[in-house]
Amino acid sequence: MKDEMSDESANAGMVGMAHEMADDRALAARAAGHGAAVAMPGAKPILEVDRLRMYFPVKSPGLFRRTVGQVQAVDGVSFQVAEATSLGLVGESGCGKSTTGRLITRLYKPTGGAIRFEGQDIADAKPAELKPLRREIQMIFQDPYTSLNPRQTVGSIVGAPLAIHKVLPKDKILPRVQELLEIVGLNPEHYNRYPHEFSGGQRQRIGIARALTLQPKLLVADEPVSALDVSIQAQVINLLQDIQNEFGVAFLFIAHDLAIVRHFCPEIAVMYLGKIVEIGDRDSIYSNAHHPYTQALLSAVPDVKQAASGSRIERIRLQGDVPSPIEPPSGCRFRTRCPIAQEICARHEPPLLQIGKRHKVACHFPGRLGQAPREPLTAGLLGVDSEGRPDPGASPSTDLVEQPGYADTWFDLDNKSIGRA
Amino acid sequence: MLAYVIRRAVAGVIMLIVMSIVTFALFFASPIDQASFICGKNCSPAQKQQTAAAMGYDDSFINQWWDFAEGVVKGRDYPDDPKLRETAPETIVHCEAPCMGYSRERGDTVTNLIKDTFPVSFSLAVAAFILWIAGGVLLGVTAALKKGSIIDRGLVGLSLIAYAFPTFFVGLILYKFVAIKWGLADIPRYTSIADGGVGGWLSSLALPAITLAVFFMAGYVRMTRSYVIESFQEDYVRTARSKGLPERTVTFKHALRAALTPIVTMAGLDFAGLMGGAIITESVFNYPGMGKLAVRASQDFDLPTTVGLVILLAAFVIAANIIVDLLYAVIDPRVRLG
Amino acid sequence: MGSAAAPLLSVRELEVHFPTSDGLVKAVNGLTFDLEAGKTLGIVGESGSGKSVSSMAIMGLHRGTNAKISGEIVLDGVNLLDISAEEMRKKRGREVSMIFQDPLSAMHPYYTVGNQIAEAYRVHNDVSKKVAKQRAVEMLERVGIPNPDKRVNDYPHQFSGGMRQRAMIAMGLINDPNLLIADEPTTALDVTVQAQILDLLQDLQREFNSAVIIITHDLGVVAEMADDVLVMYAGRAVEHGPCKEILTHPEMPYTWGLLSSVPDLTGDTEARLIPIPGNPPSLLNPPPGCPFHPRCAHRDKVPGDLCRTELPLLVPGQRGETHTKRCHLPNPDAIYATEVLPEIAPDLAAGAAPTRAEEL
Ligand SMILES: Nc1ncnc2c1ncn2[C@@H]1O[C@H](COP(=O)(O)OP(=O)(O)OP(=O)(O)O)[C@@H](O)[C@H]1O
Ligand SMILES: Nc1ncnc2c1ncn2[C@@H]1O[C@H](COP(=O)(O)OP(=O)(O)OP(=O)(O)O)[C@@H](O)[C@H]1O
Ligand code: SF4
Ligand code: SF4
Ligand SMILES: [Mg+2]
Ligand SMILES: [Mg+2]
Repeated sequence: MKDEMSDESANAGMVGMAHEMADDRALAARAAGHGAAVAMPGAKPILEVDRLRMYFPVKSPGLFRRTVGQVQAVDGVSFQVAEATSLGLVGESGCGKSTTGRLITRLYKPTGGAIRFEGQDIADAKPAELKPLRREIQMIFQDPYTSLNPRQTVGSIVGAPLAIHKVLPKDKILPRVQELLEIVGLNPEHYNRYPHEFSGGQRQRIGIARALTLQPKLLVADEPVSALDVSIQAQVINLLQDIQNEFGVAFLFIAHDLAIVRHFCPEIAVMYLGKIVEIGDRDSIYSNAHHPYTQALLSAVPDVKQAASGSRIERIRLQGDVPSPIEPPSGCRFRTRCPIAQEICARHEPPLLQIGKRHKVACHFPGRLGQAPREPLTAGLLGVDSEGRPDPGASPSTDLVEQPGYADTWFDLDNKSIGRA
Repeated sequence: MLAYVIRRAVAGVIMLIVMSIVTFALFFASPIDQASFICGKNCSPAQKQQTAAAMGYDDSFINQWWDFAEGVVKGRDYPDDPKLRETAPETIVHCEAPCMGYSRERGDTVTNLIKDTFPVSFSLAVAAFILWIAGGVLLGVTAALKKGSIIDRGLVGLSLIAYAFPTFFVGLILYKFVAIKWGLADIPRYTSIADGGVGGWLSSLALPAITLAVFFMAGYVRMTRSYVIESFQEDYVRTARSKGLPERTVTFKHALRAALTPIVTMAGLDFAGLMGGAIITESVFNYPGMGKLAVRASQDFDLPTTVGLVILLAAFVIAANIIVDLLYAVIDPRVRLG
Repeated sequence: MGSAAAPLLSVRELEVHFPTSDGLVKAVNGLTFDLEAGKTLGIVGESGSGKSVSSMAIMGLHRGTNAKISGEIVLDGVNLLDISAEEMRKKRGREVSMIFQDPLSAMHPYYTVGNQIAEAYRVHNDVSKKVAKQRAVEMLERVGIPNPDKRVNDYPHQFSGGMRQRAMIAMGLINDPNLLIADEPTTALDVTVQAQILDLLQDLQREFNSAVIIITHDLGVVAEMADDVLVMYAGRAVEHGPCKEILTHPEMPYTWGLLSSVPDLTGDTEARLIPIPGNPPSLLNPPPGCPFHPRCAHRDKVPGDLCRTELPLLVPGQRGETHTKRCHLPNPDAIYATEVLPEIAPDLAAGAAPTRAEEL
């Protein structure tokens, strides 16, 4: 099976040879051909998301609510989260981070794609099948003010999952609740207080305690610190790190603060308008970003140290705002704001290409800042010329399906060769 | 916009049809046997049979509804009996389209009954509406602007009291004391513009309109007050002030405009409800409006009239809904019709 | 510098208190600072530290409420707390204007953007509607709205978040005010849009030579925008000085805490964040002595019980007259260099210039 794929893509590469820059493309094609995903060495993925899609219908107002469009909130997103590690999901408002999180916790039913939790696909699971799952996957919400029921005591909020899932006899619940409050740094004696008696940071701790109650294996944290003051943010981040170290919980950590994500997550996925544009380990993303959007995001972050020492890197000014996910731009969704966009970008969506051991990027012109290649790297793969027009001589690679994990071979942009693990 | 209106109108008509079917079904299921009721106490089974046939009551309910619907569109004859039409045409009442039915009790078509009573109810509704909107909104805004002051507390207290008084009580007091005992106003007797001129028409409406308005006004004072207070908390009011706008502009251009939007909605729907007749007020003042007609019709088990009134009221409310939504779109640019 | 010219804005011992049913909320206490024309002051501090309340006091927006205000706010030689409501109104929007955090709720949903901008012009200039609208179009163009002559007729909801904030800036600057207060102007925006807006503010400030007060809780924003920084805690200024000075040689433990609790894009990811323990104090019953003492990790370095009993004065420390701080610590510089800096920026502590970690 694997050999077959390689052959086919090699074939695509051969045809690509006919063009200049052919070797690049051939290599890219071959690298992309190795579809079989290999999990992170040593750590097996607890969660695997495969081409996940979520389209929300847009309805017309009035009595007859016809569907007049779709919000492509999440459109073909694939990634893995390894056991006891964290994957960070960053991107601007509306790019689909929360929706991804809600799909994984199955608060929404996906439009398409698979969500494999410990190998089992839960994308189509029915409510009854989901119940055991709710113990394993928990969510922490952004807003500590609205995510807690104001009429319930902290004890009953934190203990509710225990009662619902009947894991503990009634008389054992309170001690467990107090234990949990202790873990998250709250006074265990305060179990009978109400949420409004706590500060924002403390409320977020209550939310975390509730999420921990059933000892989940995966926590989806949706902007867990965005609503908190800076000084309190650090408390909560440290708490989450302690929890991960102590209980071996895996995190899908959603945030828009790039510095916090860098601090918390060894792996990061950058989303733009419903798609992952770049994914990789910390160094690949923060020190070796190859996607123009990632580069722009990073350069836009105001940074104390850089400003104070005067060593500010040149800021990339992106024009305009994020377009509407109802009618996303054709081809590459970033092209309306991309400083290096070319014709092919409007015609074809760039595939997510693996360019490092743990680094993938979806761009026709991937490269370090200021070093983007002149010719599209992906033309051979897509069977088009460098403007993106169909190339009658070329046969596109049939195997551009994005796999959740990383392959053990990739296209090494620096050496123009196939990299191997 | 036009497409929207048409779509809403079509939806409204469909809703009316469904409403009328449901109304028919309800009355069909009622335990009162219409035929024997009309026929009278000493009615032989044969006579009863004949009445039922003449009135169409022996038909299935869906056929009856169909006849009714046809009548609305084309008009119909009562009784619809071809034989009788030849032998004794003078006994047949022709009910022209839109025919809402024929009331045997009142010996007239429902359409005519409505034609007689509607101007009364409508006049009353308009007069009361003007009073309560003008009074309620003005006082509500005043209370909000003077929040916490004596005036505010006084107004809120008064409106609470007014709200608590039942309409018939207010009506009776006005009737017995203001009109009869103290003679401050004419004893209210409905006068149309044709009969009494605009002045006569207005003065004939004064007391019942006030009665009706008091209740609504009390609610509107408090509602307006809270909307206005709320809108003064809005960020855009702060922006308006920070531009250096005079307080007058801040209040009227920025704060009030937003606060009045929900009031328009409420007012439109309340007005539509009232056009169907103010039952209590009309009864107290003995005004020949639709409210009074409705009361009598239900006392007399006069089904055709009741059905006609119910459907008419539904039509008012549906129409008001459409108008309010259109108004909303005019007031609030964020609302898109489509 | 000891310049002879009086500063544009001079705030002295400003106090803003709100009587509430729970007691007196002491939102701002003894706030004192100067701001020169053309300069930018960044005010940072946690939520509830009194940043917005003090800026609203400068705008005179507490007038007509039950707020109790004392002290002096001198703008261009006029004490704003002495003048009549009508005089203050005339200054609002013309001499001092303000832009707010959430541009969607800060604009009236029922009026076009152009109408709202033109209104700000017309209230202070006796011109026709047409002229004012033309002026609005010019301003929209200046703040980078494409097709301004068409977009001027749009309603706020038809603008994106970034465009709305641009429109707010246009509104704020249309009368060429001497002082612009921006209260968290980018908090509601995405980073890439935030960068656009900050750039725009900087450009416009240069062009109009206005003084700017930028309020934020993001030290990064302050670092990029401000000439001076004022750190607020519990309604008081606790540290004040030139931006670079404060960021490189902070002398007050709360400022240290702010700096150490946020990760940056180049720091060591193995290091733990050092949070400020506890929660911000109540403004009803602020702690006696130094308001920060319940959360301060360094109070044991102060002799005696001073931190708990005596409010430190805002006075210059060891680094010159312009850098003032409110803390009893006798040798903050040494503590910062030996205890704080190694934790938050080992590379800086070792004397190396920070670079982007380019290598793997
Ligand atoms: N229930 C829903 N119905 C319709 N559209 C939705 C729904 N939830 C989200 N969307 C849309 O899907 C897109 C993605 O939303 P999502 O909340 O996932 O973004 P996000 O990345 O979490 O943004 P933020 O940073 O603002 O939280 C947005 O355009 C949003 O308007
Ligand atoms: N009208 C008022 N009545 C009573 N208390 C008030 C009033 N306005 C503000 N406060 C209080 O004053 C304190 C300071 O508020 P302020 O809005 O200045 O904080 P801030 O520093 O701007 O915080 P944030 O970062 O959250 O905007 C808060 O504790 C607030 O609750
Ligand atoms: S594919 Fe084209 S438009 Fe998209 S990021 Fe790459 S260069 Fe820019
Ligand atoms: S005065 Fe004392 S408590 Fe306050 S900051 Fe300085 S050392 Fe800490
Ligand atoms: Mg979200
Ligand atoms: Mg504020």
